[in-house]
Amino acid sequence: MAAITIAEVSKIYTGNVEAVKSVSIDIEDGEFIVLVGPSGCGKSTLLRMVAGLEGISKGTVKIGSRVINEVDPAERDIAMVFQNYALYPHMTVYQNLAYGLKNRKTPKAEIDARVAEAARMLEIEPYLDRKPRALSGGQRQRVAMGRAIVRKPAAFLFDEPLSNLDAKLRVSMRGEIKRLQKRLGTTSLYVTHDQLEAMTLADRLVVLNGGRIEQIGRPLEVYHRPASTFVASFIGSPAMNLIKGRIEGARLHIGAYRIDLGDRAPAEGGAVTVGLRAEDLRLAGVGEDAMLFQVDYVEELGAQRLVHGTIEDQALTLALSPEVSLSGDLAVTIATDRLHFFSPENGKRLERGASFANSGESARPLSLEPAW
Amino acid sequence: MYRTKFFDHVILLFGVFIMVAPVVVAFMTSTHEAADIHRNGLSLTWGGHFVETYETVLTRKGGFTGKITGLNMMMNSMILGLGFALGKIVLSMLAAYAIVYFRFRLGTFFFWIIFTTLLLPLEVRILPSYEVMNTLKLTNTYTGLIVPLLASATGTFYFRQFFKSVPDELLEAARIDGAGPFKFFIDVLVPLSRTMMAAIFIIMFVYGWNQYLWPTLMTTDEGFFTLVRGIKQILLVWVGSNIPDYNEAFALAILAMLPPVLIVVIFQRWFIKGLTESDK
Repeated sequence: MAAITIAEVSKIYTGNVEAVKSVSIDIEDGEFIVLVGPSGCGKSTLLRMVAGLEGISKGTVKIGSRVINEVDPAERDIAMVFQNYALYPHMTVYQNLAYGLKNRKTPKAEIDARVAEAARMLEIEPYLDRKPRALSGGQRQRVAMGRAIVRKPAAFLFDEPLSNLDAKLRVSMRGEIKRLQKRLGTTSLYVTHDQLEAMTLADRLVVLNGGRIEQIGRPLEVYHRPASTFVASFIGSPAMNLIKGRIEGARLHIGAYRIDLGDRAPAEGGAVTVGLRAEDLRLAGVGEDAMLFQVDYVEELGAQRLVHGTIEDQALTLALSPEVSLSGDLAVTIATDRLHFFSPENGKRLERGASFANSGESARPLSLEPAW
Repeated sequence: MYRTKFFDHVILLFGVFIMVAPVVVAFMTSTHEAADIHRNGLSLTWGGHFVETYETVLTRKGGFTGKITGLNMMMNSMILGLGFALGKIVLSMLAAYAIVYFRFRLGTFFFWIIFTTLLLPLEVRILPSYEVMNTLKLTNTYTGLIVPLLASATGTFYFRQFFKSVPDELLEAARIDGAGPFKFFIDVLVPLSRTMMAAIFIIMFVYGWNQYLWPTLMTTDEGFFTLVRGIKQILLVWVGSNIPDYNEAFALAILAMLPPVLIVVIFQRWFIKGLTESDK
């Protein structure tokens, strides 16, 4: 077990295409880090550079205190789980698990013991004599994880390991990976494009976009304080609503509506992108200030009901309890303390309340925000 | 579902007849005496001399120098067929492995160079090849008989296509598992290619077994004669009023046919598997 330090790592392919742009991540010993982002964001490339399957163009990767830029993958003391499992089709499950140990000249008795232990942990003991062909997808994925476990590596690298499984199995395997990682306490780096997987598994998640880090943080931190519009729209389902507004003094203008923000207005006035989660909009009570929400269509999710529509011609999604009866357009109101503001130019988060600190009024220090 | 009808069977039976009838005729004829055959031509009836003819063919020392028997010839054919097939498989697998898994300069270019040699079969380069072997003093050796035929564009192409279809993750997993290039080849690629190897083995064995021109050129010593050449040798004794031993020629032809047929029958299942599906 060891910490992994990724320092200003870049990947430049021939033709000067920069797939990963100066990424730095400090991974603590035993931490579960999830790299998440849309396809082509460089997350797999980064993982493969740590694994040694891709060369590192710039920067350094350290596992423990050792710089492993030029170290052979086999010598890096890592184990990898692949999306398509990459089991050796002609070997039995036992042989698949034992292959890496055999190549390291581990004594036979030790191999047997380790394989037996991993098989017990993953409940694949009955299949040790079978070929991967005779296993289901979930069982194959367990074997692939077993192959990583028997090596007792310093770090696990997961490359979208659940993408080939059906939805139900994915959820149960997700839980299992989490439990296993907690139990073994092995540093893990996990790549996925599924934000839900990222949220549920990660100790900390790293949101990547276009080869750059958009945000690193604990799942709830990222969810509640997205650093940019990209993170805001990528993390969370349904995606955060992003609408255009204007800040004038302590007021937010959305079309013809004015919303008094009190001391929660962002530092700079002018045009802003307003972010609000679907669950932070609610139906207005009688006599409350409200905005007209024109319903477009409704998605039933069972526990929740997603209502798609517009306010002042800006598209929004609204999460409502299925008990509420819907008829025609709705009057909705916003929880002003849950609003997020982003710069419309670069999409970066605008912190709230700072302007009042400048103007001398009693501003809320940032630390007083809900402690995530 | 399509139900086979009577007419379908007729077509198939006709095909079988065309394929098998000549073999049956050859076999039946081989059981007659040479003089009978000379007088009556081919025959469809049992001649009753099966044991004598085949015994003679297998054990009598024939040829001009009288030092080779049918069994020796069969052995030579076997050495040629096996050496040819196995050598080709080993060589083309290694070539394909290099082309697919190692990024060397002009790799694709070299592949296409190998591929274009399909346009230059042995018959085209037979004289230069002979000259090379002669200079190396390898005429009348098994080495000289087999080695010049080993380069195989077909085999290299087959294995290249197969290796390309093996998922990259398998190589990556093996690398992380500490397998070097050689180990990966032996432990992963070779076992995965088993059906492919069987398919290529059949094709190449039959091809090697049936070689005629090259062995004729390379081996003047009758001790190296193959079965296919032996048949010719029997008919060559037409001197003066001698009747060629037609029965023995037919018997030898039947014997020459047996091993390839057996190989195909035995490996048939693998052969089809190797050419149609990949075991992944």
